Amino acid sequence: MIDTSLDMINTAKQIRKSIMTMNSASCASHSGSALSMVDVLTVLYFKFLNINPANSTDMDRDRFILSKGHGSSALYATLAHRGFFDLTVLGKFYVDNGILPGHLDKEAVPGVEVSSGSLGHGLSIGIGMSIASKVDKRDSKVVVVCGDGELNEGSMWEAIMFAPRQKLDNLTLIVDYNKLQGYGRTNEVINLEPLKNKFESFNWLVVEVDGHNFEEIDSALLKKTKKPKVIIAHTIKGKGVSYMEDQFIWHYKSPNEEELGQAYRELL
Amino acid sequence: MRNAFINTLIEEARKNDNIYLITPDLGFSVLEDFENEFPERFLNVGIAEGNAVDIAAGLALSGKVVYIYSIIPFVTMRPFEQIRVNLAYMKTNVRLVGVGAGVTYGPLGATHHAIEDLAIMRALPNMIVFSPSDPWEVECATKESINHNGPIYFRLAKKDEPVISDTNSEFSFGKANFIKYGDDINIIFTGNASDIAMEVYSALTKNGLRKANLISMHSIKPFDSDTINKIIQDEKPIFTIEEHSIIGGLGSIVSEYIAESNKNPVFKRFSLPDEYSHYVGSQKHIREKFCFTSEKIIRDIESLI
Repeated sequence: MIDTSLDMINTAKQIRKSIMTMNSASCASHSGSALSMVDVLTVLYFKFLNINPANSTDMDRDRFILSKGHGSSALYATLAHRGFFDLTVLGKFYVDNGILPGHLDKEAVPGVEVSSGSLGHGLSIGIGMSIASKVDKRDSKVVVVCGDGELNEGSMWEAIMFAPRQKLDNLTLIVDYNKLQGYGRTNEVINLEPLKNKFESFNWLVVEVDGHNFEEIDSALLKKTKKPKVIIAHTIKGKGVSYMEDQFIWHYKSPNEEELGQAYRELL
Repeated sequence: MRNAFINTLIEEARKNDNIYLITPDLGFSVLEDFENEFPERFLNVGIAEGNAVDIAAGLALSGKVVYIYSIIPFVTMRPFEQIRVNLAYMKTNVRLVGVGAGVTYGPLGATHHAIEDLAIMRALPNMIVFSPSDPWEVECATKESINHNGPIYFRLAKKDEPVISDTNSEFSFGKANFIKYGDDINIIFTGNASDIAMEVYSALTKNGLRKANLISMHSIKPFDSDTINKIIQDEKPIFTIEEHSIIGGLGSIVSEYIAESNKNPVFKRFSLPDEYSHYVGSQKHIREKFCFTSEKIIRDIESLI
């Protein structure tokens, strides 16, 4: 059983507050894309992943790849709250003389495994890491988070088709299925459905979860399989901030001072 | 060249467990020995070049040195953005090994020709662009590539090219390979234009008529600035020969050095035109159609000096 104590809930709230502060201060986009995956990241970084902030390059560590690099503020905030670097670094996001670019740069801070921002790369990179882990007989697990819109990329399907052949039971893909992308409703741009069937027919183990339910996320991650696993995490874009939830415009807009204040009150 | 590459790689892989080889389903009759000896370190990822490059990046991020083998357009242009982000930007130890420089694969048609690759690959920060003229350079570069930190592009021709280098000379990326020395004119070439360059050299130096430097610029990036600047300072005629588009390759690089120097040597670029081939036929045939022949180049040089 996962620790669903106040600590876990509170951690996710703190991460969301950091995201809001970062995107408001720097007038950055993609708040909604970041907020939708906070609960997934919280379970990963505070429960599931075998990682050590004090030794972030340990060869036996688990690898996490944020393939939807535009949600960078969520990963930076999670890493900072997990102790990979000081929380003050979050103030250096997306600004002049900054440290943290809008899309991920692995040189920026410890804990970022892969530079990303161009969509459709992360799963293939994860496959390479999974193969290395298997050939070297290590126990490292590899987890990749992609966006739902990212599944429009042909390269995703090259990777989805390839992974089962390698029997990569150490590889998990999590789809942050927040139902919105650059031009509107994901399934109106290109219909992904039936998504579960698609993955199953490509010979993946598929688990669908409420992407804001810690227990469901955790038990999906722990589920044993001999195949690569995909967790379709049904999420709400902008989750946790009422005026952002399921609102397309927060793919682009950044919160002003008043909006930030309201978010803070809601995340108390 | 391709045999020099794979044989050297197999030798190195016996000593180094971190060496991997990936193919997007090309290399039949070339890669089998590696596959048979190191099955765990050989991957055919299917006809999916973007996937090949990104899987290689993932392996490299886990400490591996990964070679990807294919025909040049499919290992450079098809997955170019994967190369940009996951090889060049992240500076991963992936080596792109392409065969079929220029119009080597003549009758296969323009989809399989490579006339733009030097231009696009040298624009990538962190990328080494290696364009060898003979199997000796390939063997040396393959050995040197094992421990290099960052990505490398190998622009190979095909097979059965003669060795023209002095095999006792020293090799390193970023260093010109002098095939012949002479101080009247400079013939600088790269890659699979070696046969043309040798013929041009022979004709121009026949009977001791004049002496020429004949230089294989295998390292398009990093470029041997010291050597080219010295040559420019001597202000003797300079000619470049490459089986690549006139845009962005060896000739363009040398032009840039001359333009920024205070000298004005006689200079001309010999290359393929800025044009796709719709001619059907062998490499030799297409070269002739594009007037990229030793005879034409010799005539042009004679008229300039």
